[in-house]
Amino acid sequence: MNQTATAIKVDNGVNVEALLGAREALTATPEAARFKWRATCSWVNGTHSKSTVQSFFGLGAEQTHKTEFRYDADHPEIFASEDKGATPVEYVLVGLASCLTAGIAAVAQNRGIQLHSVKATLEAGMDIQGILGIDADVRNGFDGIKVTFDIDADASKDDIAALVAQSQKRSAVFDIVTNPTNVAVEIR
Amino acid sequence: MIHEALRREPLAGTVDVVVIGAGHAGLAMSRCLSQRSIDHVILERGEVANSWRHERWDSLRLLTPNWQSRLPDYGYTGPDRDGYMTMPEVVAFIEQYAKVIDAPVRTGTTVTSVAPTDRGYRVVTDKGQWRCRVVVAASGANSIPSVPTLGAAVPKSVQTLTAKDYRHPGQLDDRGVLIVGASATGLQLADEISRSGRLVTLAVGEHIRMPRVYRGMDIQWWLDALGILDERYDKVDDIARARALPSPQLVGTSQRETLDLNALRQRGVEMVGRLVGVDAGKVQFSGSLRSHCAMADLKLRRLLDRGDIWAKRCRKSTLPPPQRYAATHVEDSPRLQLDLARNRIGSVIWATGFRPDYTWLHVPVFDRMGRLRHDGGIVDAPGLYVLGLNFLRRRKSSFIHGAEDDVRDLSFHLATYLRRQRASRPWPQRAEEFAEDESATAPARYHQSQCVM
Repeated sequence: MNQTATAIKVDNGVNVEALLGAREALTATPEAARFKWRATCSWVNGTHSKSTVQSFFGLGAEQTHKTEFRYDADHPEIFASEDKGATPVEYVLVGLASCLTAGIAAVAQNRGIQLHSVKATLEAGMDIQGILGIDADVRNGFDGIKVTFDIDADASKDDIAALVAQSQKRSAVFDIVTNPTNVAVEIR
Repeated sequence: MIHEALRREPLAGTVDVVVIGAGHAGLAMSRCLSQRSIDHVILERGEVANSWRHERWDSLRLLTPNWQSRLPDYGYTGPDRDGYMTMPEVVAFIEQYAKVIDAPVRTGTTVTSVAPTDRGYRVVTDKGQWRCRVVVAASGANSIPSVPTLGAAVPKSVQTLTAKDYRHPGQLDDRGVLIVGASATGLQLADEISRSGRLVTLAVGEHIRMPRVYRGMDIQWWLDALGILDERYDKVDDIARARALPSPQLVGTSQRETLDLNALRQRGVEMVGRLVGVDAGKVQFSGSLRSHCAMADLKLRRLLDRGDIWAKRCRKSTLPPPQRYAATHVEDSPRLQLDLARNRIGSVIWATGFRPDYTWLHVPVFDRMGRLRHDGGIVDAPGLYVLGLNFLRRRKSSFIHGAEDDVRDLSFHLATYLRRQRASRPWPQRAEEFAEDESATAPARYHQSQCVM
């Protein structure tokens, strides 16, 4: 396989050289690899809240996004809410989908595969008897998540399957969703 | 000062090379050293092939067929070329090799310390100490079971074993068994224990799926033919990852059976995801089982595709036609949590791999992860070599047949090093000079005793 020749043509808009360079640099300086991600959330009214994301810590210093990103969260009208934003559980799906999709683009670039379109469709089941406290044996969260990808790329079916598999393997949100995480909630 | 230390541990000898461990790798190196007329001794804590005798479960057979079992100037000559050796057969095979090559083995000699000196190394054992120019560590890759730290949280009411402690199902009570890890070890134990009538749950993370026989040929034949076993450590993309891969899901049986997750499932073994938490008697599993199984199926398909393309190109027309295997069946909602008491789990077995034991190696050659720094077995300290680790120089390095190419390469390097050392730093003539020599670079405690004088 002539990897250098294909690498020149393929452009998924991912700077793989920079990512591989970062991997090498961070192997030498593991302290710089310790990141902290942050969000703030303010209650507005009812179930409506506004969240913001701007600063984070990484590479040994405070960092900031180019702009502050804002997100409205609420619940739909059938929950007697005003539906001013996506529900928090939908944000979880957004996080998972965008993480896997970004991973596919990066892996495809690294493997010299040109992508034309990538679309993820997600569905998560939930029995709301859990959050309503009707049945203690029903958990609050999802009982499962199904992710379906439609991918058009210059690659075989197996090569595309390998992209999707590798993106799961390296995905932060896939790990967060599939494995337990300690959560400390405190009051200031 | 140093004389005192020497008195404490009588000098057993001076030799150019000390090989630590009389397993297949140490003996293979010994053969190459003898052929080069290099003066050496093999120090063995127990007997020849000690780990194969004492640290394996009873039913284990080699994962490689007999025709593949070979060492420098030695190989399997029996009638069952496609069979797989039992542990007593492996021991006999290696023992015979030690005799045939007349290996200078000192059995019952445990190395307690290797430390640098001005001209080489001081090797302290429970039977005196050796001084030498070169040390070859062939003490095995599978000395210490790697148990995840969360293993400590498993309640005491449950028996915990590692693959090193396990011998047969009779060691377990009749309650259920949770086996953690889906390499060859985890699958073989799950198979044997479920056949003994116990309920088995198998925690499955990243794994490598392989059929025992493909198109009539042993999978090892394919790996060999495709050049996969000969892939070099300096030619793969990510050697750290390649070295950490689990062993492929294989078993050696007289029926040449394939042992995979589907076969275990049919026998009633319950598959769950990677073990990720233990809390108040409850064990938690990752929701990534489907992802790991899909990855293993995909990699198997790619391996078989590669084999088929090769067979076609080489016109292997006598081989039976290609075939593909059913995808690994994963339940719709695999269990994410197991209450050990409520589900009557009596034992947890860690089949989570091994690491080498270098607690005796007092040379600063370890990286921040505690791994030995080496370049294909040439350790990052002059005159120090290591053998038999996963993917040391080639993908086959940790197999019995993998030793041959490695020891040929490394004994060449070793001989060149030794020639230069002999010329530039001959051994001193008198014992006192040895003492002065060693005190110059000996570990701190020797310097301290020197100050007292």
